[in-house]
Amino acid sequence: MNKYFEKEHILLVVGLAMLAWGCNQALFVLPGETYMGEVFRIFFLHVPTAWNSLLIGTVAFGAALGALVKRSRGWDAAVEASVEVTLVLIVMVLIQGSIWGHGGTWGDPRTEAGSTWWEWEPRLTASAVMALSFAGVLSLRSFIEQFERRVLWTAVATVIAYVDVPIVYLCVKWTDRGMHQDHSTPSTVSDVYHWPLRVNAFAVLLIALWLIVRRAKLTLARDAARADQTPPTESTTPLVAGGA
Amino acid sequence: MSVVRQSLAVLRKDLLVDLRSLRRVVAVSLFGAMTLLLFSFAAGTDSVVLKEQAAGYLWLALFLSSTLALSESFRVELEDDALEGLCLLPVDPRALYYGKAVANLLFLLALSCILVPLSFGLYGPSLRLPLVNLIALLVFGLAGLAGPGTLYSAMTSRARGRDVMLPLLLFPLVVPVLVAGVKGTALVFGGDPMGQFGSWLQLLIVFDLVYWSLCGLLFGKVLDS
Repeated sequence: MNKYFEKEHILLVVGLAMLAWGCNQALFVLPGETYMGEVFRIFFLHVPTAWNSLLIGTVAFGAALGALVKRSRGWDAAVEASVEVTLVLIVMVLIQGSIWGHGGTWGDPRTEAGSTWWEWEPRLTASAVMALSFAGVLSLRSFIEQFERRVLWTAVATVIAYVDVPIVYLCVKWTDRGMHQDHSTPSTVSDVYHWPLRVNAFAVLLIALWLIVRRAKLTLARDAARADQTPPTESTTPLVAGGA
Repeated sequence: MSVVRQSLAVLRKDLLVDLRSLRRVVAVSLFGAMTLLLFSFAAGTDSVVLKEQAAGYLWLALFLSSTLALSESFRVELEDDALEGLCLLPVDPRALYYGKAVANLLFLLALSCILVPLSFGLYGPSLRLPLVNLIALLVFGLAGLAGPGTLYSAMTSRARGRDVMLPLLLFPLVVPVLVAGVKGTALVFGGDPMGQFGSWLQLLIVFDLVYWSLCGLLFGKVLDS
């Protein structure tokens, strides 16, 4: 492999190819949905992004547990990268959802309530809370200079922020569903939509994993570069090198 | 010494610190009272509106003052490296956490003893459910603030930018407490014909169970560094 093509780029290439096929199906091949018409096609991006935001959030949780036990740079970089990617995904979900909600004809059919950018319903609220919690973790991190403290506190804050993820997942089961339907599964989604939805879900997952790997590598490379620059007398205390 | 006795010792220490210098109590209560006043200025003089929104204003005032109270609770431990002394004691970190968290809960309850009567005076809501319902709501709601708040203040008090970090981390987390507290209190003030009060209280109890156990487990890691 040459220096411009590293192994993880395969994830991106395959992911983009799958996304291209899925979006082509979603936009040009499949019929529109009976009630929502054309705006429904955002479903094929919105639902895969939402699934992956919860999945990558779970990866962040796992990495945080690893960081709590191992306290190493590698685990810390994995936590940082997966928290960042989760935040990107959940913000994308909120934006896509707003576009869908605004373009569609939502609301109670008995009243004349129509399109809306935002609605205070359980899943939207829980997702917004999730976005703020993960953003809070990154913000906390940026304020801590000592390496070991940053590793542990980021991990602790990630574990606590993660409590919201199952709530986002399950709130359509527990409470009034608001604008969301029950979980999208083969039994709740029309047959012709299955494959584009699945392919897009894996496409977003591959792209998200590519982002995590790239981000973690960047952090490690930056740490290594900083360690090289540190004068030899100070490098005897490796614990503070990351925050210097 | 068992964890419970160790926690009680930490609790006793914190209460003594607070009682001997009433600084924190006075300052935070004044801030809370000020917030309640500001809400009524901002909302205008319409007494019907004020009465309707009383539950929300009360809980917002409790939320805003709680961040001051919580961050102060660990700031005192930083003076003269008191925290280091605590960490050196041969006690379970969970005892430190639960002692501190209960002390913070009692502090917030004392604060609510001032803010609740004041909000009755300022906004004039009436009690449609027995007072014990409001007390239960305050105990479990404020426990929801004190539990994660104690853990976060242990972190943020030692980080740069601590004044902004605590609310930034705590407020998204405790949105369920705010929602359940405000809805429950609104039912206490406005009457509960549909019998919904119990489910809001249950939500608070579940929230407390989850976070008090999770934060107790994680607290040792925070002190480690």
